Amino acid sequence: MQFLAIVGRVTLAAFAALGRLAIFAGKALGHLARPPIDVQNIVQQMLSIGYFSLPVVGLTALFTGAALAQQIYVGSSRFNAESTVAAVVVIAIVRELGPVLGGLMVAGRVSSAMAAEIGTMRVTEQIDALVTLSTDPFKYLVVPRLIAGVVTLPMLVIVANIIGVFGGFLVATQTLGFNPGNYLQTTMDYLEATDVASSLVKAAVFGFIIALMGSYHGYHSSGGAQGVGRATTDAVVSAFILILFANLVITIVVFRS
Amino acid sequence: MSAPAKIALKGLAKRFGQKVVLDGVDLEVAEGESLVVIGGSGTGKSVLLKCIIGLLRPEAGEVRIDGQETRRMSAAERKAQMAKFGMLFQGAALFDSLPVWENVAFGLLRAQRMKKRAAREIAIEKLSRVGLDAAVAELYPAELSGGMKKRVGLARAIAAEPEIIFFDEPTTGLDPIMSDVINNLIVECVRDLGATTITITHDMVSARKIAHNIAMLHDGRIIWHGPKEAIDRSGNPYVDQFIHGRAEGPIKMAVRAG
Repeated sequence: MQFLAIVGRVTLAAFAALGRLAIFAGKALGHLARPPIDVQNIVQQMLSIGYFSLPVVGLTALFTGAALAQQIYVGSSRFNAESTVAAVVVIAIVRELGPVLGGLMVAGRVSSAMAAEIGTMRVTEQIDALVTLSTDPFKYLVVPRLIAGVVTLPMLVIVANIIGVFGGFLVATQTLGFNPGNYLQTTMDYLEATDVASSLVKAAVFGFIIALMGSYHGYHSSGGAQGVGRATTDAVVSAFILILFANLVITIVVFRS
Repeated sequence: MSAPAKIALKGLAKRFGQKVVLDGVDLEVAEGESLVVIGGSGTGKSVLLKCIIGLLRPEAGEVRIDGQETRRMSAAERKAQMAKFGMLFQGAALFDSLPVWENVAFGLLRAQRMKKRAAREIAIEKLSRVGLDAAVAELYPAELSGGMKKRVGLARAIAAEPEIIFFDEPTTGLDPIMSDVINNLIVECVRDLGATTITITHDMVSARKIAHNIAMLHDGRIIWHGPKEAIDRSGNPYVDQFIHGRAEGPIKMAVRAG
């Protein structure tokens, strides 16, 4: 009986958390549809999500693309198929690695910062103060972050894709002896519109997840510094898992055949 | 029949999980009255304020502001209602990311959509009202001392000239002199604005200075309510123990929370 009680309690808690998250997301989306939209806040959030993430996302893409080219070269040379390097690099980067690694890096940087900021505002009663000053905390805090996340991540991922392919190009032409012109030609030949579209859709979804997890965990944090610390961790971990899961779902839907 | 009370509570109840915090609070505050609610730590004083202002949703009971029941209000009515309120939070709850003047002018800029220049002028005027000069306006909350934060919080609470102001432990954490400064500011601001106020505190010096009437909250109920002059002869052992700060008496302090 003890066992059943534990299973029941865990299940109930999981559904309660899921329900709370759904209500939170629904409320945020409801505000998204209703003006006024806080442009100044959105721009500020876009800067902190997008612009300041460029170095870390760029470096991640560069190193990953380079390592990828090296690995594919080694693997494909066993089948005398070295010419596939450019094709595999561009497909792997644009379809999967650009958005996923970009999303994870930004999640680590931004979800945690959002959760810490909003969480601190919660435990120091700043969110209550917003309400008493007739300002809806969803409109002021959550909606600008969600919009900024959805708009900014695709831009970041475009940059990540380009730098990632460039990383592969560097290794292929500098150390593996590929002809630069041929390499780029193959890259362009294998890059399809669907790949780019799926990449951007993934990025927008990941941006939403990052901002939602950061805001949600911050908003519902409690219990002082420890609570804010926990909210930060939860935001990053849940954003990671949701990003990887959403990626799987989108990949299956888009590339089913 | 006289005009309806500015704030009237009836059977207000609030619990968190198993823990009952408010257990049927009845209270009336007349227009222009300054009520101080005293009570030990953790007796639900803050919860009471948050239920009245609408930050928390009570499980049962009525909250009437100007005779209007708040629980059945639409979102728009609720918003109009909120414009009547100002609140000074315990830790001042200033927005860290904004300079002092934008904190003070926050409600004017956001809710009333006032132009920046005009809002700034009002902010500086309110700051001088609480004894802070214009140089403070450009500072950020992290650069202020505890007493200054409270003053800025007070300036923010009165910036929109609300009809009702709540003070959540205004003197907690301040030295006795700064406490007196804050008490005086509260008395002056309230007199000048003609506002109705509820202050919660466990500082009896502050209570005697600010209050017209005092109510004592214990075990989720109001156990005593009367003019401040009467508190020394309340005949209520709970009140006596509290105002004289004795460890022995009918109030048993729970050592552990919860």
